[in-house]
Amino acid sequence: MAITKERIALTGNEAISMAMKQINPDVCAAYPITPATEVMQIFATYVADGLVDTELVTVESEHSAMSATIGAAAAGARSMTCTSSQGLALMWEMLYIAAGLRLPIVMPMVNRALSSPINIHCDHSDSMGARDAGWVQINSENGQEAYDNLIQAMRIAEHPDVLLPTMVTYDGFIISHAMEPVDIYSAEDVQSFIGPYKPLYSVLDIDHPITVGALDFTDYYFEHRRALAEPMLNGALRVIEEVSVDFAKKFGRKYDLFESYKMDDAEVAIVVLGSTAGTAKVVIDELRSKGVKAGMIKIRVFRPFPYKELAKALNGVKAVAALDRSDGLAGFGGPVFGEVRSALYDSDKRPVTVDYVYGLGGRDINMDHISTVYSDLLAIVREGKTPSQLVKYLGVRE
Amino acid sequence: MANLKELAKKGQTLAPGHRACAGCTFPIILRQVLAASDTPLVCGCATGCMEVTTTIFPYTAWKTPFIHTAFENSAATVSGVEAAYRSLKRQGKYDKEVKFIAFGGDGGTYDIGLQSLSGAMERGHNMLYVCYNNEAYMNTGIQRSSATPKGADTTTSPAGKVKQGKAQFRKDLTEVMAAHHIPYVAQAAPSHWNDLVTKVQKALAVDGPAFINVIMPCRLGWAYQPQYGMQMARDAVNSCYWPLYEVENGVYKINVKPKEKMPIAEFLKKQTKFRHLFRPGNEAIIESIQADVDKNWEALIKRSEL
Repeated sequence: MAITKERIALTGNEAISMAMKQINPDVCAAYPITPATEVMQIFATYVADGLVDTELVTVESEHSAMSATIGAAAAGARSMTCTSSQGLALMWEMLYIAAGLRLPIVMPMVNRALSSPINIHCDHSDSMGARDAGWVQINSENGQEAYDNLIQAMRIAEHPDVLLPTMVTYDGFIISHAMEPVDIYSAEDVQSFIGPYKPLYSVLDIDHPITVGALDFTDYYFEHRRALAEPMLNGALRVIEEVSVDFAKKFGRKYDLFESYKMDDAEVAIVVLGSTAGTAKVVIDELRSKGVKAGMIKIRVFRPFPYKELAKALNGVKAVAALDRSDGLAGFGGPVFGEVRSALYDSDKRPVTVDYVYGLGGRDINMDHISTVYSDLLAIVREGKTPSQLVKYLGVRE
Repeated sequence: MANLKELAKKGQTLAPGHRACAGCTFPIILRQVLAASDTPLVCGCATGCMEVTTTIFPYTAWKTPFIHTAFENSAATVSGVEAAYRSLKRQGKYDKEVKFIAFGGDGGTYDIGLQSLSGAMERGHNMLYVCYNNEAYMNTGIQRSSATPKGADTTTSPAGKVKQGKAQFRKDLTEVMAAHHIPYVAQAAPSHWNDLVTKVQKALAVDGPAFINVIMPCRLGWAYQPQYGMQMARDAVNSCYWPLYEVENGVYKINVKPKEKMPIAEFLKKQTKFRHLFRPGNEAIIESIQADVDKNWEALIKRSEL
């Protein structure tokens, strides 16, 4: 059946609020934080105007936002919240509990740098800090992707083979506050795509009382954590792809685990997340016009990480640069670098893999910066050896 | 007014076999609270003694639906459950009548959970919060909390050569909650079961949030013989150390006025945690505790006469 689409100019936050309105969750718990504030602010107007059925719980902190969301989800309600940066950091304890309780909470997460120093602009330190919490993580390049990813996230999180909380990230200010044309679907089509939510258990089921959040000792904890790993090991990536196929059928846009841009014959490639991919595409087009075989992988799904698929996509590439918009402070580059290098370890022709930490605290990443990365990669290929310095900082005064 | 025979007919509201210490008084409190309601309950609890002894997987002592998530957020978690109930009910997706109770120890209520509690009460959720107040972090091994009374020997306020236990008076959380101007706030004790059950019934009947602070003698932390739990609670009431009172829509009422106020020293001397206060030279500390109890009692009488 044909769907109706309307192309309108929206900021990332407006597009996400629109998706939330169409999803119409039973409960939302909200606490303001720049640059995510606007999402719940707009959503609150929908509540005030009776346009959604949602019970809005205006909590006194992000810790309580996630706690209340968990309580609501355990009560069988479709439950959402939204946050950024310090807010996510304050939720940290509860992120693990949401995953451990297998609650399909969906949360837009607007990427912003972590203190200290305090800074309100974009980098990925916040969501990267939560990468091992047991949440599915889906990254978006622009407002359209954020909107589409959030709708798909409902199906992914609630799928019986997944049942994991899911965060959809997009870059603070660069996407959250920038206006772009976004194709908006009808609420009916979104509803028919996500379907009704049928929870397996509920603490409101007084005829079948359950105990949620029991104490495990050494005899059960490991088994429960192993069960938690199962959808990450098997299932979640498949479900994400299945949902994506359905989404493409209905709405006409296909999303893969990552986007491969001009990778078919690429000799040098970068692996990147978020809005920087847009800038990189322009650089690649320029390089291609000069005959340089440059390509890019834009990671959409960071958790679970598509190791095998990525290794395959990078097969034949001679030098790869990970672009990390957060610093792992591990003494060996950022988290994207770690995952990409790990994915490539079993490749027959392992490419040289280097890392660039860039854009912290909203520092601009421009075309010249990205060109420099490709120049470095081409030099590595030319010289045919691994550089002594694998991790570099891009666009910083040193 | 609760009727003991009627309450007894409800059977075991909390299954036996939980692993609370011998002589622990929270299971008694919990049974009184759970028996008070005729409406089905959904309960939540903060991390602490109550949670770790009643929910050891694969067993549970809870016969009501139960949720525990973390330490500082019993109120926030249950507020989410209550919000789900409101939403699902409004949408016609749920049709049962349910009441909500969040439990927390004094650490999870007076200290780390205070913000979460305050927020949930201010937001007006239809829920009762019950603090089972044993006056220290008993679950982790008797560390001082802001509910710990002055002079108490705890593992983080030990009585030593130059320090005589906790130097500060305890926080008056019941008054803090009364200042939230919620419909119902009370103090209770398990020794006065009828009073406690009646208070829970009143709290569950109000439209909005309610808070009850229940003194909970702890055999381990207060250090008394296990058979004296109820006696300890009774002494707390009779010494006016733990007045039984309620604040109903802002109106104070003292529920039990001891005929003869028991000197605080008699209450203190039964607990090993105050043993050092009875050494020569520490008389002034006991006097200051007595003065504080007297001052608070007088102030409470004044508020109840307004």
